[in-house]
Amino acid sequence: MAHATTREEDIKVGRNGFFILLIVTLAEVAVALIGNGHLIEGLSLPKMIMIPVMIALSLYKAYYITSIFMHLGSEVKPFIATVVLPMLLFIWAIIAFLWEGSAWFNNQEYVNKKNQEQVDPKGEATEGATGMLMNANEAPKQVRFE
Amino acid sequence: MANETVIETQEQHDNAPQKENLWNGGQSPFKASYGKLMMWYFLLSDAFTFGGFLLAYGALRFSVKGWPVPDFVFQTAPFGISGAPLIFVTFMTFVLIVSSVTVLRAVQEGKRENQSAVVKWLLATVLGGGLFLGCQAWEWTNLIATEGMTLYTNPFATHIDEGKYLTLDELNGIAKEKGWEKEVVSVESHGKTSEITYFTDAKGNKYFEKRDHHGDLPEKMEIKAGDSYLITYQHDLHDYAVGAYQTADGEVKTEPFGPQAFGALFFFITGFHGFHVFSGLAFLLIIAIQAANGTYVARKNGYEMVEKIGLYWHFVDLVWVFVFLAFYLL
Repeated sequence: MAHATTREEDIKVGRNGFFILLIVTLAEVAVALIGNGHLIEGLSLPKMIMIPVMIALSLYKAYYITSIFMHLGSEVKPFIATVVLPMLLFIWAIIAFLWEGSAWFNNQEYVNKKNQEQVDPKGEATEGATGMLMNANEAPKQVRFE
Repeated sequence: MANETVIETQEQHDNAPQKENLWNGGQSPFKASYGKLMMWYFLLSDAFTFGGFLLAYGALRFSVKGWPVPDFVFQTAPFGISGAPLIFVTFMTFVLIVSSVTVLRAVQEGKRENQSAVVKWLLATVLGGGLFLGCQAWEWTNLIATEGMTLYTNPFATHIDEGKYLTLDELNGIAKEKGWEKEVVSVESHGKTSEITYFTDAKGNKYFEKRDHHGDLPEKMEIKAGDSYLITYQHDLHDYAVGAYQTADGEVKTEPFGPQAFGALFFFITGFHGFHVFSGLAFLLIIAIQAANGTYVARKNGYEMVEKIGLYWHFVDLVWVFVFLAFYLL
């Protein structure tokens, strides 16, 4: 597959990989602990900054392990594509399922509200434009971001 | 004239980069053996399996209030360490990273056909994986036996109400007012006996004074929305000592249990990952024995089997990167 490497070069790859992965992991944990006020009293970072940073660091670790430790980076380009391209499905999946979870969260408030209401004995259930038993105006619109 | 043209064309031809055609047959178009390709595609499918689980975790976590905060849930470690958020799980991540490097060295030595070195590095990987599983086992035991978290009961939660925990005196007063039954149970732990008092109302709900596993009162009795709490599991009573508190509106309530999905998701996903670690260990051991026996010396593809199990082991590390991210960091 690749050109022959010396033993020293091999050891260097292993050692560099170890330190890079270790430093990135410690960085992630540091962001989590500092952001939640554990290491520096009272300090708290906004989630909007912490979350993308930790995700980016994890993605970098994933890239490093896959490309250099698993040697995917040295494989033939079309083969790399057959492995990497299907992963792009995750972009859709993450957005879709987190959106879904938010919708369930907002529905809870609606359900609780309806539980409190008095029922008109003659009232009939009607399906609104949403296809659920509520008006389109009442349908939860907010996607929750924390 | 014509000759020169031909020679120029020839030189241009030789200097231009040749795009080799891998699809003419007689070789693997991906320049990799069948076994290695199939391992990659198995890992791709497994990545989607774990992706599905983590997506379910994300959707359910987004859908409820009061989800436990990770650095409150995971702050203990062996040898009596507590109040150290995320430290133990960071150590577990470090162990897996080390085992990834040892298996990388095994693969490198395999390419050099260095039989004894391959066996040595594979066994080092087995030790690393075994240490990781041991740590995970400790984590599970701590959560299940000490803190009372199961697949369907989750005593970790985050406050939604605002208020104040009630002291025993205050509870006594309220109990007299509302006609609750009082019970005093004598329990023995760590060689000394102590008493636990609880009250039962007409509906059968129990009200305890809030104390932690060591029997201490909480650091502060005030409750703010977003504060983490753990419902103490009282081992001698074989029941949860749900702490009683009073909301800002004056209502007397007990700590509600946390979202049920937390326990199910945590044990299932870390369990599935742990199962992969365990099966990886089994294969690493088998292949180490094979290598020691000299099976790979005679093979045409040499130590490629070591490379394949190396891929699997790196995948296990990769999954842990994302499980670690989802459960402990985010």
